[in-house]
Amino acid sequence: MNLNLDFAAIIERWPAFLDGALLTLQLAFIATVLGTVIGVLGAIGRRSSHPVVSRICGIYVEAIRNTPLLVQIFLVYFGLASLGLKFSAFAVAAAALTINVGAYTTEIIRAGFDSIPRGQIEAAEGLALSKAQIYWHVVMWPAIEKVYPSLTSQFVLLMLASSVTSQISAEELTAVANYVQSDTYRAFETYILVAIVYIVLSLIMRAGFWLLGLVVFPRRRRLGTPL
Amino acid sequence: MGGSLNANHLMFLGYGALWTIGLSLIGLLGGGIAGFIIALCRISPNRIVRLLSAGYVQLIQGTPLLVIMFLTYFGLPTLGVTVSPLTAAGASLTIYVGAYLGEIWRGSIESVPKPQWEAAEGLGLSRAQRMMKVILPQAMRIATPPTVGFMVQIIKNTSLASVVGFVELARSGQIINNSLFEPFLIYTIIAVIYFALCYPISRISRRLEMRSGPARLSLGTA
Amino acid sequence: MHKISNVASQSPVVSLRNVHKSFGPLKVLDGVSFEVDRGEVLVLIGRSGSGKSTALRCIDRFETIDSGEIVVGSHRVSDPKLDLRALRQDVGIVFQSYNLFPHLTIEENITLAPCSVKGISKSQAKEQARQVLAQVGLEDKLHQYPEQLSGGQQQRAAIARSLAMQPKVMLFDEVTSALDPELTGEVLKVIEALAADGMTMVMVTHEMGFARGIANRVVFMHRGKVHETGPAAILTSPATPELAQFVGTGL
Repeated sequence: MNLNLDFAAIIERWPAFLDGALLTLQLAFIATVLGTVIGVLGAIGRRSSHPVVSRICGIYVEAIRNTPLLVQIFLVYFGLASLGLKFSAFAVAAAALTINVGAYTTEIIRAGFDSIPRGQIEAAEGLALSKAQIYWHVVMWPAIEKVYPSLTSQFVLLMLASSVTSQISAEELTAVANYVQSDTYRAFETYILVAIVYIVLSLIMRAGFWLLGLVVFPRRRRLGTPL
Repeated sequence: MGGSLNANHLMFLGYGALWTIGLSLIGLLGGGIAGFIIALCRISPNRIVRLLSAGYVQLIQGTPLLVIMFLTYFGLPTLGVTVSPLTAAGASLTIYVGAYLGEIWRGSIESVPKPQWEAAEGLGLSRAQRMMKVILPQAMRIATPPTVGFMVQIIKNTSLASVVGFVELARSGQIINNSLFEPFLIYTIIAVIYFALCYPISRISRRLEMRSGPARLSLGTA
Repeated sequence: MHKISNVASQSPVVSLRNVHKSFGPLKVLDGVSFEVDRGEVLVLIGRSGSGKSTALRCIDRFETIDSGEIVVGSHRVSDPKLDLRALRQDVGIVFQSYNLFPHLTIEENITLAPCSVKGISKSQAKEQARQVLAQVGLEDKLHQYPEQLSGGQQQRAAIARSLAMQPKVMLFDEVTSALDPELTGEVLKVIEALAADGMTMVMVTHEMGFARGIANRVVFMHRGKVHETGPAAILTSPATPELAQFVGTGL
């Protein structure tokens, strides 16, 4: 084993890594925001009394959760192409990641919805709140507060999984690593450095979600206890 | 274009699917052994051991499997250690799966009720005996549903071995596509095969979860 | 309790006429009829499974009935075309398990419905929240979360939340059953004060001493039927052996 490691040659390329890291965060951000929206809608859909709606949502969730992200990315990439639609690799990556994480958030948020006791909804009905008002005030917010730790973990996993979009040449962190290592022939140092950057990114995300939680859930800020 | 999908192509996909299963088993076995050690280290009475194992879990859970694959396959040769795609993929999965299974199993061991530990201690059993005879058998029951659920993650994660050129299901699809140029069709078939492998396990895991009571959320993107 | 008895001439606020209701093969309400006049307190008693809670829940349409007629004020509850939300603005209901919203402060719990249903301003709703909390003796808990309150305090806050909608009728469904005995008193006192103020109320309770003190009318339910009804005095001198046995065990 020849252990003459040269990290300097890699660290020299920091602007490229920074660009890649920012793109990774952008992908994660877009997929987190849109994935949350899909998750809420999907969870409402799965609980819908309309059999077709709940069925479609169920099929979406199972199809995504039982196939690899890599294959999903290729399907979106080539699927759009075969329809004659041209999108940037970034757009395709963001779309595929959103579709992917939406299925997981649907399941997480649905579990949150299911955990709201029947009595809460009856109390709200007794106060003459409308169905939409009940969903918004009495079901959705406490449900999301309850599953917030799971959602956080899921979104961090998503950020890490976004490395797979390097395979359709989205210029995110892993793709940057791939061309830096082929330039420098320093694969070991490159991927060690990139691994460290990913670890830092996941810490940043966790810290960000922690802060967001304090802003969005005043009860948690005041009492510090899980709902 | 390069002809149409024929029986040979399907045979080749079948061959890839077999390697997906094989690699999954390697990941489960290797990751299982690693995970078991991690789980025991995480609850060790020795503080250093606990810290080191916690550090390992944090590092691996903060790194994409894809980067671990690249590190073993492209990184090790630059240090003079050449590895085959199979070795690289198997080692990467072992490292990765070990961290996740280790955490799942640690949680299972810790959720065995405290009085059980105390009762075993009261009987004068040694730590090893307490673990083997009292705690682990109970922890195993708790751990079964999430472990089965995680097997789905392992199967899906083996698709990343394709990037180091290991010919499993996803890679065999890519190879066929290179001659047929029918990506949408081929990746749909690939997706269906993955689904056929994963869905039954998902179902079993969910049924086990329902039987064992409190629902655990299974996370995962792969 | 001192009750206003000269209001009986007006039409009843709540009336049930020959109400039938089954859960599958189980007949829960078998031709139940009773009326509640304005300012009156009607107490529903009976063994568990006698149908008293179901009868109460039917008044606020938490259960639909199979046949018969329920009228609350101007609302025909048994009419399929009922404006449910209009009914529930006029009827307040308090449950055994308080059901305060855990993620909202007491003030937010109370102002939620007035703001979103009646569309009154935030500041007006907050002022009102202060008033109803004072009514139940919890004005210092405005900014606390439910879990920071004792069970008795939570139930009083739940009553305050209903009062903020200014209901014409209040329904109480075993509101002290989940409470430790030493906490029931504070809740019962609040209900007594409401009765003294002339609130029309229907309540299901197991507190026989309390029922005797507060009820203008007692309805004893047995096997889905109104088995015996009358003034609070029937609790001390029951006419039927079933009620005699019930109060005998209940006291």
